[in-house]
Amino acid sequence: MFTNIGEFLPFILQGLSTTVQAFLFGAVLAYSIAIVAGLARTSKLVVVRVVATIFVELFRGTSLLVQMFFFAFVLPSLAPFTVSTFLAGGLALGFNYGAYASEVVRGAVLSVPEGQKEAAISLNMSKIQRMRLIILPQAFRIMLPGIGNNSIELLKGTSLVYFISLADMTYRADILRGANTALSDQIEIYTYLLLTYFVIALPLVLLTRWLEKQASKGVSTA
Amino acid sequence: MTWDWEFAFEVFPEIISAIGITIGATVAAYLISLTLGLVLTLLRRSSFKPLSLLVAGIVEFIRMTPPLVQLFFVYFAFDMTPFVTGAIVLGVHYATYVSEVYRSGIESVPASQWEASKALNFSTAQTWQKVVLPQAIPPVIPMLGNYLIVLFKETPLLSGIYVLEMLAVAQMIGSDTYRFLEPVTIVGFLFLVLSYPSALFIRYLEKRSGQLPGSSEKGVKT
Repeated sequence: MFTNIGEFLPFILQGLSTTVQAFLFGAVLAYSIAIVAGLARTSKLVVVRVVATIFVELFRGTSLLVQMFFFAFVLPSLAPFTVSTFLAGGLALGFNYGAYASEVVRGAVLSVPEGQKEAAISLNMSKIQRMRLIILPQAFRIMLPGIGNNSIELLKGTSLVYFISLADMTYRADILRGANTALSDQIEIYTYLLLTYFVIALPLVLLTRWLEKQASKGVSTA
Repeated sequence: MTWDWEFAFEVFPEIISAIGITIGATVAAYLISLTLGLVLTLLRRSSFKPLSLLVAGIVEFIRMTPPLVQLFFVYFAFDMTPFVTGAIVLGVHYATYVSEVYRSGIESVPASQWEASKALNFSTAQTWQKVVLPQAIPPVIPMLGNYLIVLFKETPLLSGIYVLEMLAVAQMIGSDTYRFLEPVTIVGFLFLVLSYPSALFIRYLEKRSGQLPGSSEKGVKT
């Protein structure tokens, strides 16, 4: 057992770039959505708040894999443009984790003490200045651990693109499994796959912890 | 493609007939994660350092790798039915999350409670059983409830190892009829209808029990 590393691991790693691309696409989309939806949910305008809430609850209430199926199998027949499997997978990841992360953003913005807002008003700052200079920098610090956890979940979520035949690492491993049916080979293949995901997630975990530490520097705690 | 009501009504009974499998898998996995989660928490707190380090390492590894890959690993390495495999893998995966919830509960019990039970000459086992756990568990019940919903939404993963839950049925219908719109939307709808009211109920419980230790944890999926 574990003698075919030279053959199996490179084959699985051919899917690495797809996994990383799906992760990056998903992450950029998710965090853009998270900021917009998170701030929208703290808006004073009822319409904005309701639309954002419906969006968030829709994507949190259904299942990521169901959403991925929808984007991959239904959207192509509804959309006026071509939907590649990569786009479908990326959209599902971005929308789903964006909805979760928007809660982190919302929680962080709401947890900035009210006095900070009042102080900014008394300095005659505009609404946008208040958000940009006072609220968001403080909220950002509070968001970091949540965003970090969300990113790790997102990375794990990329393995689901296997279901829509996007050739990520999980998909490559499945091909390998089809060609090597001995039990020991199959265990070997999935062991390498698990270890590869672990190795990719590790810097993300360490970065999150480091950012957490950096962000708490120079902050007085009650 | 436009929505076809007749087709939707035709496939609805077929999809809903799989709801038992979905709910059964959720409940089985949840019971495993509640029990194993507690065991993991207690092991991690063991005063025998190598043991607590080993358990911490295993927990981190499980948390950082995709449940789908774990599912494949166990499915191909052990000779178990798909349903049992699914329940065990999801149960073990979320046990690592649940154990963090227990930990936050246990850490919220003041150290003086330990001292007091020592003063009463309680053994360690008695202290856990009669003093610490009864105070640590009730406040985190809403958080534990969240993981029931998370698990429920993760069950479509099991279609990857041929468990005939709702999404697997929808996919079968889709590949037979080339119509994914209705089946996939119905599955999404069923998830929404079942998970959203439960989430609201848990939020109500959380609010009613006030500001609890652990209840403000950020970035936790609900």
